[in-house]
Amino acid sequence: MPIAQFLRVSKTFHAVRAVQDVSFDIRRGEFFSLLGPSGCGKTTTLRLLAGLEAPDPGGQIFISGERAEAKRPYQRRLGMVFQNYALFPHLSVERNVAFGLERHRVPAAEIPGRVARALELVRLYPAEFARRRPAELSGGQRQRVALARALVLEPDMLLLDEPLGAIDLKLRKTMQLELRQLNKSLGITFVYVTHDQDEALTMSDRIAVMDRGCVVQIGTPAEIYERPRTAFVATFIGESNLIKTDGGTVVAVRPEWADLSPRGTVSPGRNALDGMVDEVIYTGEMIRVMIALDRPTVRPSDSPHRFTVALRNSGQLTRPLSWSPGDLVSVSWRPEDARLLEDG
Amino acid sequence: MSLLAPGVLWLGLFFLVPLLLMLGASVMHRGVYGGVEAGLTLEHYRRFLDPLYLQVLWRTIWWAALATLICLLLGLPLAWVIARSRYKNLLLFLVVLPFWTSFLVRTFAIIFLLRDTGLVNSLLLRLGLVSEPLTLLYTPFAVLLGLVYGFLPFMVLPIFASLEKLDPALLEAAEMLGARPSAQFFRVTLPLARPGVIAGCLLVFVPALGSFITSDLLGGAKQVMIGNLVQNQFTSARNWPFGSAASFVLVGVVLAAVVLSLRLRDRDQAEGSR
Repeated sequence: MPIAQFLRVSKTFHAVRAVQDVSFDIRRGEFFSLLGPSGCGKTTTLRLLAGLEAPDPGGQIFISGERAEAKRPYQRRLGMVFQNYALFPHLSVERNVAFGLERHRVPAAEIPGRVARALELVRLYPAEFARRRPAELSGGQRQRVALARALVLEPDMLLLDEPLGAIDLKLRKTMQLELRQLNKSLGITFVYVTHDQDEALTMSDRIAVMDRGCVVQIGTPAEIYERPRTAFVATFIGESNLIKTDGGTVVAVRPEWADLSPRGTVSPGRNALDGMVDEVIYTGEMIRVMIALDRPTVRPSDSPHRFTVALRNSGQLTRPLSWSPGDLVSVSWRPEDARLLEDG
Repeated sequence: MSLLAPGVLWLGLFFLVPLLLMLGASVMHRGVYGGVEAGLTLEHYRRFLDPLYLQVLWRTIWWAALATLICLLLGLPLAWVIARSRYKNLLLFLVVLPFWTSFLVRTFAIIFLLRDTGLVNSLLLRLGLVSEPLTLLYTPFAVLLGLVYGFLPFMVLPIFASLEKLDPALLEAAEMLGARPSAQFFRVTLPLARPGVIAGCLLVFVPALGSFITSDLLGGAKQVMIGNLVQNQFTSARNWPFGSAASFVLVGVVLAAVVLSLRLRDRDQAEGSR
């Protein structure tokens, strides 16, 4: 049985449909991400699951097989980490973490031990941090307190609303790994809201991609990245060249799955388009070659001639690329690497 | 530093110097025709220990405290509603609207409401709820009403300021952690509004202690507050030393209130870490 289930759930705010007819399952123990640009409805979806918003009539939300609508947020066995942590500024770290235990009438004698264990779980050493106020912590430490505060109640599901948004890149990478490890070691289902596609691909077991209130695709990171169903998914997660075929359909080709050859020397069995090298960009791991195609066959409409090929950088100082602007080339790809889009 | 000079000069000249003059007057002899004569004495403070004056002092403190409490009970929910409202600016405007007219005029307006032939009584008579007019004016009730009415905005504004800063996500976080609405209020909202509550109480209590127009106009001669006593000593009684001594007793009460509020604030700082 899925731990949570959305059945045709919508949410309207003042005639604006923030979430539109959304259905999906969350499996017990998985790391499930809601991914999409700002305003796509991902946070509202999370808040519906938390019980902080009520769905429009008609939609149903199940948690562990039971209707969730009748349950108050604290009856759903959920922990939540808010976007800006929402730590209580007037309480010390230990009192923040103890807050939920006190509200749930956990015997006073048990509280210090459980608080200390929760803090250790998120690698905040109680001796050092327990008595500090949130204002005396760094962003990363506040993040950990918010996690400990949610985890101390041993929830079935942990909801996280863009928790790493305010943290610098390096720490973010560390936290991504730690969150993933917590998910696996505790066996708690994580539901993670993010607009950062890298983050979603790195951490998730499954991703639900949202756009304008709808879930447009659900799958593993590999399924989402390698088999995008729509132009939105193909361009929001990673990068894609969108090509209109002779039949009028649109296919997506990832820059790293296309190749370059001197014009007219395409290997048999590959699809190809002719163009001219416009720009060569060094990005470290990859070399990006921008091609100006001869015929305008490509979306998006603002640069219909543009095609990007990403080539692995094998060392520009030792084995430099032979391409330079002005070269006449053919771009080609294996037909099976082109993904037919449903909304072409 | 030079920015401080005008303020320091102003306060020094018009606050500190008169205050010191009064402190001096309070320990000197009373002149035969009013004014002050040389020679040190504590007789004016001793005279204040008379039960008659102590009663005035207690009444003053009691009424000011009661007015503060009522202002708090009315002002806290009001500030909460305003802070959460979409019409915040309009509601705040309405709260400070009474300041557009003089305090005296507003106090007279209350007289028109409360007197035997006033609006309240004629309404009660018309509705048949009473057979003869209730005595509302010149009672402690009328004085309290005047004090609460006059100082309520001083309670609402600082509480509003601290509630407005309160992040609604904190209440949601509390709810997710199992806090019912009452626990959300007492464990999150109220502690975070406390600086505003303390400031509001001080801003109501201190001017209420010193008020004399309200008690004079609404309380009649029976309901004297210490402000009336001071005013009376400086005017009709022409006993400046005793008026000064009574003033300094009041200053002492105000100082005690300020110290108490600072203590409460400091305790706030320390409390969360327990």
